[in-house]
Amino acid sequence: MSRGSATPAKSLAKRRLFTVGAHVVLVAASIAMLYPLLWMLSASFRPQNEIFGATSIIPSSISLDAYVRGWSSGLQVSFSTFFANSFIISALSVAGNLAACSLTAFAFARLKFWGRGFWFALMLGTLMLPYQVTLIPQYVLFRNLGWVNTFLPLVVPKFLAADSFFIFLMVQFFRGIPRELDEAAMIDGCSTFGIYWRIMLPLSVPVLVTAGIFTFIFTWDDFFAPLIYLNDMKNYTVTLALRSFVDSSGESDWGGLFAMSVLSLIPIFLFFLFFQRLLIEGIATTGMKR
Amino acid sequence: MTVSPLDAGVPAATATAEPSLWLKFWRRNGAGYGFLLPWLIGFFGLTIGPALISLYLSFTDFNLLQAPSWVGDANYLRIFTADPKFLQALRVTFFFVVFSVPLKLAFALAVAMLLNRGLKGLPIYRAIFYLPSLLGASVAIAVLWRQLFSGDGLINRLLAMIGITGPSWISNPRYALSTLVLLSIWQFGSPMIIFLAGLRQIPRDVYEAAAIDGAGRGRQFWSITLPLLTPVVFFNAIIQTIDAFKSFTPAFIISSGTGNPINSTLFYTLYLYQEAFGFFRMGYAAALAWILLIIIAVFTGISFLTSRYWVHYDD
Repeated sequence: MSRGSATPAKSLAKRRLFTVGAHVVLVAASIAMLYPLLWMLSASFRPQNEIFGATSIIPSSISLDAYVRGWSSGLQVSFSTFFANSFIISALSVAGNLAACSLTAFAFARLKFWGRGFWFALMLGTLMLPYQVTLIPQYVLFRNLGWVNTFLPLVVPKFLAADSFFIFLMVQFFRGIPRELDEAAMIDGCSTFGIYWRIMLPLSVPVLVTAGIFTFIFTWDDFFAPLIYLNDMKNYTVTLALRSFVDSSGESDWGGLFAMSVLSLIPIFLFFLFFQRLLIEGIATTGMKR
Repeated sequence: MTVSPLDAGVPAATATAEPSLWLKFWRRNGAGYGFLLPWLIGFFGLTIGPALISLYLSFTDFNLLQAPSWVGDANYLRIFTADPKFLQALRVTFFFVVFSVPLKLAFALAVAMLLNRGLKGLPIYRAIFYLPSLLGASVAIAVLWRQLFSGDGLINRLLAMIGITGPSWISNPRYALSTLVLLSIWQFGSPMIIFLAGLRQIPRDVYEAAAIDGAGRGRQFWSITLPLLTPVVFFNAIIQTIDAFKSFTPAFIISSGTGNPINSTLFYTLYLYQEAFGFFRMGYAAALAWILLIIIAVFTGISFLTSRYWVHYDD
């Protein structure tokens, strides 16, 4: 497969040179990309007096002090509460998003009803709507309901399928499932809900897992909604706690701050480790933001 | 006549008695609306309702405690004629969009093209470049960035090794915003993955034919790769631009919510947040939100209108 008019031998040498050069560039780029992350990881294991001045990513000695210090955080509440809060909010968000978005997507992909095209167009229209536009009336609504400083404003919208991106994702997937399956079930006397529950959902595990993981990551990382809805430190998520940490004692205790930052990245990193192929496919086929 | 809610239209038993109109409507549409119910509640209660109310609020003075009072176009008038912070927020946001999006996409495309040459180790490289993109939106990374570019941060220590004394990047109004642009570029992984998927769609034989006709690498890029990839470039550009307009968290963390030094990281969303939740000028903030919506809509509209002149679709 030689290119152009170059002689095969010359072309082969050129190719080899290119391959070596490309690997050199890519390895250098990889190191540059990962260096900050690895440096933070190693800084979190350094003794307090060693963090400043250290540029290498291999600590000379390993100490867990920063994790112990960071966990109690110098705030009134420890990180066990913050992690528990983040987990509860993220888990409920996943449950809500999967349930509500799949119900909606099933209606759009499979059921025939008056006005379906109209509602579907409106649903697509909300994909582009920046959340700032609904922010203030939503805040007023949740405040009047007495939900401020609870998890409800963060979780209830997920149970009402407020994130149309995931509906769209599931509609696309459901449309690919052969209709013969639901027709056969229908003839056998399966109810509409039965078709959704026993046929569509079991066949849609890949899209449900993808949507679930991305919902978890987006919620886990979310900073804005907790910032405006949670005021009591007992209800803080990890993201809010890190922000308080960096603004209060952070500048004097980078070690503790890095230790908690590293811990906060672990759930996402685990998804990366075990579901990387699914995440990459999700991005390549749907243009998911991350 | 079918009463089956399934689109396939499997004939079901016709009703014996003459049912009322409502009953008929319910039989035909009940299942559909039943499944749609949570979304409909959310759509009216959390999306379209609030959007319209915020449009109304943008013409009022509203501090959350007293009822909104109508002020006509006063909010918009002040925003456009007497609000230097609004102009500053626009400047900051446009600077961020104009530098971060093209640079990020250029990196993404360059690396994707290098990876697409059939190199060994593609999955490893892809994973490494993707990781910052996956982690990058978290507060933890913004915290890290704040340390890296602080006066005694890692970057300055590295610079000191080659004899350069760097400034305190994040507290210097000349550089603070650029560190955020850099943070955004660092996350080029997900557009890279989309480019990789796009590059795989380009058939090899097109390049072979071009090579036989004597087209060099540069010519191949400009005449084959780029034109065939324009739909992907277009998609990435739209998604990344909208995202960049809405960027909030990094600037908030790095400036402790102030947008400082001297408003050099006052992103549009950060300004909106300060107006709404710092000063409780909810009507004013609602006006800012609607202006943001219009900016994004105009940008998206122009992109789609001009796309027919530069985006190449197969047929």
